This record gives sequence, structure tokens and C-alpha cells, in this order.
Amino acid sequence: MNLEQLRGKLFYQGASLGGVALITTAALALADKATSADIAAAQARDMQQSLTQVLPGQYDNDLLKDTLLLEGPNGEVTVYRARKVGRVEAVVFKVSGTGYAGPIDCMMGIERNGHVTGVRVIKHKETPGLGDKIEPAKSRWIYEFDSKYLGDPPAEKWGVKKDGGEFDQFAGATITPRGVVKAVKSGLEFFDKQRVKLLDEGVPRDVSGRTPEGGKP
Amino acid sequence: MSNTYSRITRDGLWDNNVVFAQVLGMCPTMAVTSTATNGLGMGLATTAVLVAANMLISSIRHVVSDEVRIPVYIVIIATLVTLVDVSINAWAHDLYKVLGLYIALIVANCAVLGRAEAFAAKNPILPSGMDGLMMGLGFTFALTTIGAVREILGAGTLFADAHLLLGQSFSFMELKLIPDYKGFLLMVLPPGGFLALGFLIALKRIIDRRRAALVEAVQVAAPAVGCH
Repeated sequence: MNLEQLRGKLFYQGASLGGVALITTAALALADKATSADIAAAQARDMQQSLTQVLPGQYDNDLLKDTLLLEGPNGEVTVYRARKVGRVEAVVFKVSGTGYAGPIDCMMGIERNGHVTGVRVIKHKETPGLGDKIEPAKSRWIYEFDSKYLGDPPAEKWGVKKDGGEFDQFAGATITPRGVVKAVKSGLEFFDKQRVKLLDEGVPRDVSGRTPEGGKP
Repeated sequence: MSNTYSRITRDGLWDNNVVFAQVLGMCPTMAVTSTATNGLGMGLATTAVLVAANMLISSIRHVVSDEVRIPVYIVIIATLVTLVDVSINAWAHDLYKVLGLYIALIVANCAVLGRAEAFAAKNPILPSGMDGLMMGLGFTFALTTIGAVREILGAGTLFADAHLLLGQSFSFMELKLIPDYKGFLLMVLPPGGFLALGFLIALKRIIDRRRAALVEAVQVAAPAVGCH
């Protein structure tokens, strides 16, 4: 039987489709194996980059490994902790606000004393040209939060100017900055409430970062 | 043979251009062309998939029966797109951050399946590869042009962020054409894509009509010369 006749047979058609599926699946499995390590490394690098942006300065631990899972303002949130000689000096976590066109995800860093070290929007769908001024590439607006805390401005002033608050809005876009301000405020309130857990103060630590066991010297 | 290749080239780049003549692949076209750089990147990624898909499908065209050819083509195209996606993610991660969202959209580009069905399934491997390359370059040309029109009118720049796509040495391409431009939001938003595409298709038809009229005039004039 030649190929011409074979091609008309139902058995051949099913088998050839199955064969193609098998070969392509094998190719995908191989490609996944070849790339997954590189992709994971690249993503870790991205994460590291966004962490250093909101948290300038030198810390002596690997933030990506020192994490804590807590019930945050928008569901469960992973908190990255930066230490110096064992003591938690700052924390970084994700907060989320509601913008004009859906959620706005931000990374924010907070120092031990409750001051904001930096905020960066990592994902948003706001209108290009209007709402996207929350990106540092488009405007310096997002830097307004640097070293602010609950108290400066006072709680009732944590809003955009249109709502009687302290932060600027953009011409033509109020909802976007309002969402970001609210997200940052919720992050600070979360820090305030969970302070003890976040700063690891429940367990006394000595300078070397180890928990002392049992009796005193 | 050279005749078929020049025909394929003309078809792909102009006469039968994926976007301007066949009006295929509108989903990626509208989604990415807010800047010329995005259009260029999407076009190049699609070209790679088109060449590989056309050559692969052409090489198995005698083995696959008509009854199952469409699912076979789709499986092959989807696999190729996934391979491109994971390799760019792993080995050109900065590029992936710019294009990542769009690469999966290549599967939704019916032009790839269209070329497989209309050309690769009936022609030898080399012409099929050539067809994929020319259709891809034509697609790239169309996307870059639409992107350029929208970017200039919408933001006053051209090839903004080109260094993210092509590397630092290409940052000379980034032009700010209109200083202190306040921006024209409509062109950046999806309606701007439709407007730009509509005007560009109209422009192509005007050019084609002028050319046809010119050819006709020459043909009419030629016999008249012969008479005398």
C-alpha cells in the first residue's frame, strides 16, 4: 500500500495526528527542561531589582529567602525582610489599590521606624498618557511618598489634594493617584498593626542573629 | 525559478501584504502598534514563527492527510510559538519584558495558519520558507508603519525605547520629533489603531491605482507607436 492510499485511511489519519502531537509535546518538554532554570534565575533577578528600587541601601541578608507570609490588606502577602546584623531594618511587600482601569499593584518598602523607603508601581492598566504618570519613567510623582509615614502627613491628610489631602493628582486623572495613595496608606497601616511580627520582635535575638537557647550566660 | 521568488517577494511585501491587503492578524496589529518599536518587535517575532512554520509544514505536506491537516498545522504553530516564548524568556529576558505579553498573541494571528494553508501546504520547502520570510517582513513593515504613525501623532516621538528591543547601540533611533508635544491620546488608544490602519489601507489603494493607471497608459501608448 503506498502513501497515497494510506492517507485516506481513518487509522492513518488518527495515528499521524497523534504522532505530531507526541513529537511536539516532546519538543515542548525538552524546551521546558532547557529553559526553566534560566527563566527562574531571570525572574529572581527581576524581583531583586524591584526590591532594591524600593529599598535602597546595603543589607547583609538575601531578601528573597527571608520571607514571611501574613494576612495583609489585600489577602495574603509575602513580606521580604532586610536585616543588618540579624536585626530587621526594613520590610518590602506588595500592596494593591483600585485605579481607573483595574487594580494597581505596587511594591513598597518601609523602614523599621515606619518611614516609607520607596514605592514603585509594578503592574497597572491605567490610560497611557493620563494615568501612567504613576510610573517613574513618565513622572516623578511616585517619589512623593519617600520618607513619609503615618503622621506625616496626618491620617486625614493621606489623600490626593482634591480630597483635602496632601498628595498631588494629575491633570485629568484623579482616580489613579487616589488608588495609589490609598494602597500606600493601607500598607503603612498593615505595618503598624503587624509591627511585632514583621520586625521579628516576638523572639529576642542576640547580635549574631541566633535565638538564645535556655539559660543566661 | 527566480521569477517565482520575485513574485513571492512582491506579494509578501506589498501586493498581498498581510495587513494592508489581506487584512489578517488584526488582533496583534491593534494590540501592539501604539509605538513603532513594539510593532517592529512583534513583526520580527512573527516573522521567525512564519518562516519556521511554513518550512515545517511544507516538509510534511505529503504525509498529512487533508482530513487532519488543520489540527496538525495548529499543533505545530502553537508549539513553535511556545518555543519562541520560552527561549526569549530564558535567554533575552529584557526583550521578553517588552514583548512577553504579545508573543502568545502570535498563535491568534490567523495569518500564520493562512500562509500554511494557502502556500506551504502546496509548495516545496524553500519557496515556502521564502514566502514565510516575505510575508513576515511585510507584516513587520505594516506594523512598524502603523506604530510610527500612531506614535508620532500620539506622543510626538519615534522608536521610543528602541534600545530595550535592539540593544544600547540602537538608542540613536529614538527620536523626539515634536518638542513639548502634549500628546494626542486618541491615537495611543485602540481607536487610533483603527484610524491609522484605515488611512494607510486607503493610501495603499491610491498608490496601487496610480500604478495601474500608469501601466495602462504605457500599454496603450506602445501599440500606437507600433502603428506608425
